[in-house]
Formats: sequence, C-alpha cells, structure tokens
Amino acid sequence: MKITLWGTRGSLASPGPETARYGGNTSCVEVRGGDGTVLVLDAGTGIRRLGATLPKTLRRVDVLLTHLHMDHIQGLGFFAPLRNPNVEVHIWGPASVTLGLRARLSRYLSPPLFPVHLRDMPSTVCLHEVPCAEFDVGEFHINSSLVCHPDPTVGYRIMTPDGVVVYLPDHEPALGAQQFPLSQDWTSGCALAENADLLIHDAQYTPQEYEDRVGFGHSSLPQAFEFGALAGVKHFVPFHHDPAHSDDDLDRLIAETVTAVKPPFQITPGAEGTTFALGTAEGTPGTKGNSGTG
Amino acid sequence: MIAKEVEIILARQWASYLAMPIFIVDPQGTLIYYNESAEHILGRRFEETGEMPVAEWATLFKASDEAGKPLDSDTLPLVIALAERRPARRDFWIRGLDDVLRHIEVSAFPLIGLGQRHLGAMAIVWEVSA
Repeated sequence: MKITLWGTRGSLASPGPETARYGGNTSCVEVRGGDGTVLVLDAGTGIRRLGATLPKTLRRVDVLLTHLHMDHIQGLGFFAPLRNPNVEVHIWGPASVTLGLRARLSRYLSPPLFPVHLRDMPSTVCLHEVPCAEFDVGEFHINSSLVCHPDPTVGYRIMTPDGVVVYLPDHEPALGAQQFPLSQDWTSGCALAENADLLIHDAQYTPQEYEDRVGFGHSSLPQAFEFGALAGVKHFVPFHHDPAHSDDDLDRLIAETVTAVKPPFQITPGAEGTTFALGTAEGTPGTKGNSGTG
Repeated sequence: MIAKEVEIILARQWASYLAMPIFIVDPQGTLIYYNESAEHILGRRFEETGEMPVAEWATLFKASDEAGKPLDSDTLPLVIALAERRPARRDFWIRGLDDVLRHIEVSAFPLIGLGQRHLGAMAIVWEVSA
C-alpha cells in the first residue's frame, strides 16, 4: 500500500513561506491499495489537491473521518468525487451522543457555512458511523475506536498483508495521567497502535506549550514519542503541526526531541507530499518513506 | 492487548484527582480501579492489588446496617448499578481490613458510553463518620 500525506497541519490552515516545506494544509492522508482501493483519512484542506489526482475511472472512495472538528472536514465540500455522479463516496465518522453523523456533517455542509447541502451533492453519498465492528474496504481491514480528544473522536488501524498503518492525528493520551505513560491497557489508543508498521500521530506542541493547553486534545512531541515507544511502533510520523510552528521551528523541535527521548523507531516528520510504501516486493511488511530521520 | 475504553480511562484520570473515594468496576464486576482515597477503605493500595475479580474484592470488607446486621451484596449500590443499570444510593456501615467501622453513604451509577455501550459502574463514597 502507498500512503501520501496531503495535509499535515493542525487546527488551522497555515500557508506561507515559513511553512512551505512541511505544508500549511490541514489533516488529510491518502492510503491507496495495490488493488486500487482509495482511503482518505480526514477531509482537511489537503483533500482538495488529493481529489484532483484521483483517476477518472474511480467509482468508489472511502473517507474516514476521525472527528468533525473544522480542520478535519473543511475540505470536504471541495473534494472532487463528491461532485461526480458516477462515484460512490462512503464517509465514515463518529456520531455524538445525541446526533447522528448525517446531522453533524450537515451542520457544516449547509448554509450559512457552506452553500451546498450534503444531500445535494451529485455523487452517491453513503454514511457510516464509527466506532463500529471491524470493517473491510477493498483489501483493507479496518478497526476504529474512540480515543482521548474533546468530542467523539476515533483513531483508525488499517491492516493489509503488507502491514499496518495507524492514524491518530488528534490525540492526548497523557491527559490527566499523573505519570505518563501508564501501562498499555490504560493508555488511550495504545491497542490501536500496537506494533504498527507506520503510526501517524499528533505531535502538536512543545512541552512548554502543552502546559498551557492541557485538555485541548493534543500531545507534545515527547509525549507522542513516548506513546509510540509504548505501543511498539516501527515507524513514526509526527503530525498535526501547530499552525504557529514554522518549518525551521519544526526542524529544531523534532531534532531536539529525538536527541532527548532517543525513540526506538524510525521517524519521518510529516510533510505535505511525503509518501510511504508499506510492504516490499517480497511481501514483507515494512515501510519505505521518501525521507526520514532518527 | 485488551484495552480499556477511553471513557474508562478518563474516569480513572478524573478519579485520581478527587479526594472522595471512588471505585470503578467493569461489566463483569471486576474492580478495575480505585483511587487513593478509596485505598484506606479496602486497606489495600491499588498499586499493590491491581485489578481484582468480584469474588476477591467483595471479601475485603463487611457491610452492615445500623443494627450491625450483614447486608446482602445485591442490596449494595454498586452491585445494583452494575446489575440493573440504574443509579442507586444508600448509607450503611463498613468494616475494612483495618478493622475500623465506618458509616458511609454510597452513590453508584452505571457507566454508559457512546453508542449506549455498557462499560461498568462507578461508586462514589462519602464518609459520614469514621
């Protein structure tokens, strides 16, 4: 499978010369299977460029939303397949305690926030609520479960014979923990991420920033690395960068954290356009990124 | 790995900051967490015991009414909250491993997660007197 990062920024799109290398688009990741199956993880502003690259012959695409905060759905209305009557767009995402997924999504995809109703999109839109029982999309076997972040939020574990990729873009497993990390079974998201070949994980803050933002639903870089180590992942992608962090800031912060924590896994900082190939020609699980450190 | 649900993880974190004794059980009645304030009631530290099946933790204390008559376990609030999935409250007397008789009020409620998932129950204890 091939994984491409189309948006790696957290909270707010942040285009500009100071963010050109890591990118300013918000969360969106493409997972493409060898059989042509396309999964789109979150619909941040990065989804617009992704949509433009999909083959015109595509008849089904699955968008897996972790949650419905704006930085994860803002691009949805600009996703080209939604305007194509020949495409089935399956959208997976969490309901709330009182509202179903359709009602929640329609709060954004309707006036006055957006001119077109979700129901008026020309494509065939199929909605699925998560977390649910494990499900299959093409060659992918997928598990979802709730994780620690304000408002219902899930993470996804995507499994194929090639290996396992786990997506936890907004995640605060350290919330309230008097010592972090706790054991695996008492740590949010750990079962999802266990022994993943590739973990794409929230790493929004510095430790100093985290002190002022406890409960916002995000991790500091050291917490994210500690989480990855606890879960035994093989390759880690720091993701959901703070909009105030420039490229130079991210270079420095990630390098400092690697030096301090000495994580036992490969690290590839999440940058727009980065691709990963999971699996090898021999069929052995493993990742090959187009850039990497650590 | 059998992971705890995020609602349970957050309940534990919350309880760990509170001064009222709190007990959390899973749907099978296993005592999966009790906070520091609850440790003196059981006479054991959570770090020492870890999780305890109901057959074990139910023997760590004796519950009785005002006259000293032992109470059936199925009349205790936590048991009701778990079995009947409704809140329950009562006051009674308890003698733990430290052999101190305490008058306590217990409020218990089921833990129902997103999607109506039954996750167990929680009891909050208020000591009327020690």
